[in-house]
Amino acid sequence: MKRETAINWILGLGLLAVPFLALWADETFYVTLATRVAILALAGVGLNLALGFGGMVSFGHAAFFGLGGYAAGILAIHAFNQEPFLTVPFTIAGTNDMIVIWIVAILVCALVAVAIGMIALRTSGVYFIMITLAFAQMIYYFAISWPSYGGEDGLSFYVRNGFPGLNTLNPIEFFLICYAALMLGLFLSARLRDSRFGAALQVARQNEVRLAATGIAPFNVRLVAYVISACMTGLAGALFADLNRFVGPSMLSWHLSGEIMIFVILGGVGRLFGPLAGAALFIVLEFYLGGITEHWQFFLGLILLCVVLFVRGGVIGVLAGRRDHG
Amino acid sequence: MTLVLLTEQLLNGIQFGVMLFLMAAGLTLVFGVMGLINLAHGSLYMIGAFLCATVALATGSFWLGLVASLAGAAAAGAVVEIAVIRRLYDRDHLDQVLATFALILIFSEGTRWVFGSFPLFLDIPPVLQGAVTLPGGAEYPLYRLTIIAIGLLIAFGLYLLISRTRLGMRIRAGESDREMIGALGVDIRTLYTVVFALGAALAGLAGALVGAIQSVQVGMGEPVLILAFVVIVIGGIGSVKGALIGAILVGVVDTLGRILLPQFFALFMEASQATSVGSALASMAIYILMAIILAVKPQGLFSAGA
Repeated sequence: MKRETAINWILGLGLLAVPFLALWADETFYVTLATRVAILALAGVGLNLALGFGGMVSFGHAAFFGLGGYAAGILAIHAFNQEPFLTVPFTIAGTNDMIVIWIVAILVCALVAVAIGMIALRTSGVYFIMITLAFAQMIYYFAISWPSYGGEDGLSFYVRNGFPGLNTLNPIEFFLICYAALMLGLFLSARLRDSRFGAALQVARQNEVRLAATGIAPFNVRLVAYVISACMTGLAGALFADLNRFVGPSMLSWHLSGEIMIFVILGGVGRLFGPLAGAALFIVLEFYLGGITEHWQFFLGLILLCVVLFVRGGVIGVLAGRRDHG
Repeated sequence: MTLVLLTEQLLNGIQFGVMLFLMAAGLTLVFGVMGLINLAHGSLYMIGAFLCATVALATGSFWLGLVASLAGAAAAGAVVEIAVIRRLYDRDHLDQVLATFALILIFSEGTRWVFGSFPLFLDIPPVLQGAVTLPGGAEYPLYRLTIIAIGLLIAFGLYLLISRTRLGMRIRAGESDREMIGALGVDIRTLYTVVFALGAALAGLAGALVGAIQSVQVGMGEPVLILAFVVIVIGGIGSVKGALIGAILVGVVDTLGRILLPQFFALFMEASQATSVGSALASMAIYILMAIILAVKPQGLFSAGA
């Protein structure tokens, strides 16, 4: 077994073990912490598809995270108030069914990602970073200044949405849903990466002209990868809203885009399990530093800075050595 | 909507734009010359504001505060460049984003550590208090007019610096071919430190000037930073002229949008709805502007390179 594969197994099984150990030790808080890691890692897995495999440095993935969150929140609120979301041209009722919410979240993110991607992918490099940021900011300000769904204060919904056959209010069952979603995201990433499409995507990153010469349009490959990436991050957003039973503009803020990007870079850009390693390290650091000092952000910044300056290739890079290819 | 009100808002927009220019000039130089994305530029703005407020409160002189903010921000910039930024020039943009994001955390939390969470307030210097009557009858605060004047003077100064002086020649040369000017015997490391400190000083000046209009608080640099990025992307990265025009465009569109859009929608909507639609669109206006410009000209209006 390759070293990276072994590390991936340890990371995946480790995350699964944490909540059960926590229950056994009667420390239910850690179940929530592990759920947070799983959800944010999934958002990172989504971004990694665009950023790691496709070289598209999207600084606006919080847009999709937030859209997914708002999809969950808005549908849940409408279900709670028993008033339909739309009556014209056809009726869309609110819902508490997670599966329906996920589908809506993914569809919304796909639509928005197509629109953003069509414009943003015409640019490259720094311009791409900034235009994705600009679109995310548009959605952020839209959410802030639109009073119907909470505006600046966000939306609280009091009951976690339901999943058939499970009690989502039970922390461990909700964790298992999020964990399954993360694993599904990772599985999909792996399949995409090793497919013909994944190969085309990686060539689009390395040498666009060569890809075009084989008769594949780099733009289309990138757009599809960008949309899939957005959908995964959006699904994570829907789960995150359910975790907190709250969705607000902070889920759309550029700080969050930065954080998701940090998970990816910290874990190792383009590594399959990089986002999981990064999210886990970031959240554990945040948690422990927060317990030690009020000024934990200062030290978090210092640690991150040292990691960038002195540790190349992120956590997985250090543990597993160089990548074989890509 | 009277002409007087429109003039005032237009001037507010220009004043805001000039402020953005002070931020954007440094960003675009660092971007253009060193190819570095500096997310921590907003922290230098914050440092300028805090230094100005602290020194002004301690000594009672706004002007001493202004000098302190310029010197302090330049010094902070130089230190950061030597300690951190220098190691990032050869890295890809991702590492730069992560490292400068980390710097934001350090600076913001460090400032909160020293000054606490409460905002500071800085008074407008007595000489610049009061209003001026403009031709046409509009009354406009003297302080804001001064900011516009200072900003335009600095824009002109920067233009002279870059197009007429030896330092400017080196900056331009560094933009197009860093190996070559290194081979010609220019000390690139020092040059980069100087450019970075210059950009930091401009950001610090912007923070100090704005400190007298708004409250001085932790995190004040971040919204401005994002706008400054919008400005340089619209203007074309590396172009000081593009930064000036982009900044004023963004400032005016943002300010006028907030006034005009709600009124525009009120023409054919009920009042409360018009306000929410109008203000939602107004806060998105500059990003829409940016998306349109980039969709038409992917390299910005006055792209220097490429």
